[in-house]
Amino acid sequence: MNDNRTLPRTLFLVVYIVFALLPIYWMINMSFKTNEEILSSFTFFPQHFTWDNYKTIFTDASWYSGYINSLIIVAINMTISICVALPAAYAFSRYSFLGDKHLFFWLLTNRMTPPAVFLLPFFQLYTTLGLMDTHIAVALAHLVFNVPLAVWILEGFMSGVPREIDETAYIDGYSFPRFFLTIFLPLIKAGVGVAAFFCFMFSWVELLLARTLTSVDAKPIVATMTRTVSAAGMDWATLAAAGVLTIVPGAIVIWFVRHYIAKGFAMGRV
Amino acid sequence: MSTIKPVNQKAWWLVLPVVVCVAFSAVLPLMTVVNYSLQDIISPERRVFVGTEWFAAAMRDEELHSALWRQLTFSLAVLTVEIPLGIMLALSMPAKGWKASAVLVVVALSLLIPWNVVGTIWQIFGRADIGLLGAMLQKMGFDYNYTGNATHAWLTVLVMDVWHWTPLVALLCYAGLRSIPDAYYQAARIDGASRFAVFRYIQLPKMRGVLMIAVLLRFMDSFMIYTEPFVLTGGGPGNATTFLSEYLTQKAVGQFDVGPAAAFSLIYFLIILLLCFILYNWMQRVGTADKEGAGHE
Repeated sequence: MNDNRTLPRTLFLVVYIVFALLPIYWMINMSFKTNEEILSSFTFFPQHFTWDNYKTIFTDASWYSGYINSLIIVAINMTISICVALPAAYAFSRYSFLGDKHLFFWLLTNRMTPPAVFLLPFFQLYTTLGLMDTHIAVALAHLVFNVPLAVWILEGFMSGVPREIDETAYIDGYSFPRFFLTIFLPLIKAGVGVAAFFCFMFSWVELLLARTLTSVDAKPIVATMTRTVSAAGMDWATLAAAGVLTIVPGAIVIWFVRHYIAKGFAMGRV
Repeated sequence: MSTIKPVNQKAWWLVLPVVVCVAFSAVLPLMTVVNYSLQDIISPERRVFVGTEWFAAAMRDEELHSALWRQLTFSLAVLTVEIPLGIMLALSMPAKGWKASAVLVVVALSLLIPWNVVGTIWQIFGRADIGLLGAMLQKMGFDYNYTGNATHAWLTVLVMDVWHWTPLVALLCYAGLRSIPDAYYQAARIDGASRFAVFRYIQLPKMRGVLMIAVLLRFMDSFMIYTEPFVLTGGGPGNATTFLSEYLTQKAVGQFDVGPAAAFSLIYFLIILLLCFILYNWMQRVGTADKEGAGHE
């Protein structure tokens, strides 16, 4: 398909990428400016180029520990989400059982509650359990939206793997755990990659729950950022620098899973 | 898939961990909300059971009705723009090589920015005096001002959402497209199929599963949108961008009315649930009809 068809597509892609990058460019641009310059004049490049905003973040423990806390929270959340979602997705894709269709849809309904609704109940629940201001509290709270999503995505990939593979393995005398880990899992690597990326993404950017459940020790970066809004006005430049730095870990994650995404959902889905 | 799945009740054991996790992190809190919604909480010690009074009050609330309509219009606008745009983007993205990797990373960038930062960046980005978007529109002769003009504010929130979330649709569709074997395209070429026919009969059916996830996700998430418009416009000007979540938070946090706020949240939840259920069943029916239709050809 290398005829005149590709030109409009390339053009569209270029236009979209420019649209996608302009706000990001503006953020990077802001992160090298001073607050006075951001608010006083319109400039395509920083007139008084400064690293100060980044220096603030890397030298102030309350700033950089936010990144570390975020990474710990996201790692715990990703691990739990994927580990519980894998067997469930397998059950949904391979067997029919009492209430399976309803249960499958019910899972997704838990994603439909506005996080604001859960603020007070979560606060009470985790205070009672003595888990306030711990990484595990936020990671558990984020399961609400990540587990259903992981089950749905993984089920899609697993349904694409022919059932004959399972049957052959049983005839060859594989036990279920051994079959699952050594034969099945490698076949749906792509799905695990995609699901892990989405779990990472949704947990990384969630603000309301994370801010409510932490105060000092486990405060993630998104919550730390809110303090740039103060009585003295907004610290735009530091916020922009912190924003640029929040993209970096995610960009690294997507770089690692890019082959999995490009490999696509296994064929035969629906 | 034509074969029927074998019945196996033991599969429940595999699903159990998920049910436990979700019950702990969703059902338990939800029960607390139900509990609040039936009481008038004057102080932690003094509570009065009021039955369905808060629900009745919420149903009569005029402001809630207008917030709901604003929300519905916004979510529909989000779907009509983001779904086709995401599909087009997925179709245009290169399939192999370093270009594919680079485009994937660039497209995914906007998803990784925390929501409050998204709002803040667009706040500056859209200002006519110091922001790129505002300044460009001003140069082109539009009298653009998102803080003063309700239509401009609404459109800015929509464009921001399109910028922020179209990549989610695109990434899912892209993953779906990559699963189509080359043999399908070769067969289509031999048949002399038009580009539209290739899209309609090969690419679209193969994307159905991922499109379903994308449509449901975008619908429910746009229905719960809070942080971005809150930071960008604060719900204004007037209440042009006061969506449901915004209104709920104003009630719950601003007025400390736990009971009415809980009743409101439950109604909110039920509306999303109902709409998603309709959407889900409709998409499943369309998909099944499609498959049967293809079988007869």
